[in-house]
Amino acid sequence: MSQDQEAQPASQPGDAGARVLPEQLAEVVEEFAELEDRQKLELLLEFSRELPELPERYRNSYDQMEEVVECQSPLFLTLEYDDAAGTAAIFFAAAREAPTTRGFAAILHEGLDGLRYEEILAVPEDLSERLGLSKAITPLRLRGMTAMLGRIKRNIRAHQAESAPAQAG
Amino acid sequence: MTEEKDFSQYAHPDALVSTEWVAQHKEDPSVVLLESNEDVLLYETGHIPGAQKIDWHTDLNDPVTRDFLGPEQFAEFAAAKGITPDTTVVFYGDKSNWWAAYALWVFTLFGHADLRLMDGGRQKWAAEGRELVTEVTAPAQVSYPAPSQRDDSTFRAFREDVLAHFGKPMIDVRSPMEYSGERTHMEGYEQEGALRGGHIPSAASVPWAKAANEDGTFRSRAELEEIYTEQAGLGKAEEVIAYCRIGERSSHTWFVLQHLLGYGNVRNYDGSWTEWGNAVRLPIATGDQPGEVPGA
Repeated sequence: MSQDQEAQPASQPGDAGARVLPEQLAEVVEEFAELEDRQKLELLLEFSRELPELPERYRNSYDQMEEVVECQSPLFLTLEYDDAAGTAAIFFAAAREAPTTRGFAAILHEGLDGLRYEEILAVPEDLSERLGLSKAITPLRLRGMTAMLGRIKRNIRAHQAESAPAQAG
Repeated sequence: MTEEKDFSQYAHPDALVSTEWVAQHKEDPSVVLLESNEDVLLYETGHIPGAQKIDWHTDLNDPVTRDFLGPEQFAEFAAAKGITPDTTVVFYGDKSNWWAAYALWVFTLFGHADLRLMDGGRQKWAAEGRELVTEVTAPAQVSYPAPSQRDDSTFRAFREDVLAHFGKPMIDVRSPMEYSGERTHMEGYEQEGALRGGHIPSAASVPWAKAANEDGTFRSRAELEEIYTEQAGLGKAEEVIAYCRIGERSSHTWFVLQHLLGYGNVRNYDGSWTEWGNAVRLPIATGDQPGEVPGA
């Protein structure tokens, strides 16, 4: 299904044609793609250890963040926007007892943090498949990552919708 | 030290061990600890010294059929973990032992004799500040003769068994909104859905978590009797079927009914709502009431 979208970028005007991985995300995908399933899990664990600490302003106040309820363990995210540059900073909070969820968050952080809105919106939905994780990690578990990406995109679209009339006026 | 719970209150007290018991027996060669988690990487971040990892997704399922391993494959798997037919296998894991109970249930199908859960699971062990290590201990070299069969009739129910069971008690252990049909998936597990929302007609709603305390341990026998025997109306039923969405939460309830309360024969319907809610020509009920027994 997803390959179909990719196979015909030229004939698709608008967003479908732009579905190219941003460079920092492409690097992560390559890193995973080169590994055996078992090593993929080890790399995911490494990522989970590298998830940046939340800035002081969000600590102990997850209610300012959005909970990704699709994850099998509590996960919160929030975005901060720089409209002048058109970029978004992404922050995640995930429990240490949920390394898989943390690992997914860390991949998205590494791959998307600080990118331009349209670059993030253009990231394909099948990212977890591109990472080649679907054998090492079952679909049940991978859904969490897809949901995180979906919420990040929704958050950006909502922000754009809010700020668009002001810019136009 | 926290006061030890008296397991003799339960119908089969040997099916449960305390964290303290595990601490004292973790080096006993006749005991193998198996950690079974929802999170596939949690074991790697630290586990009880000597414990082996078991992942129900990748270890217990047949790669092709939607079913468990066959007897030969099970025997190979058990031997690879250092387990012989005489081994005391103690399961523990995250999320109040959901997946640990599931793994224990699957071992039960193969007739392994001595299976136990560590009360409170990983959470309690960690909360007590007990040792967790990242080193993986090589299992002892042993062999496990293949069981003659996987017994799918005593503790496991298929959809045909559920149809034949109508009129006898059934427990739906999913969340109230999944039961009523307002949602087709469990809260926190979006998209893991079924075509239709609701429950198997006549099944009583008892979300699995009612059986667990805050610290992940099982409630007392008196509390469990109040919940299942009284409120859910199981009474003195000889046969009960439990189900959820894919059979993991209902393994937890299966353990409670079979081992802690001592019901004569409890079966886990592992096809559960993902099968029933999608299957052609099977009746469902919606709303917060169990509904009528079909054909009654």
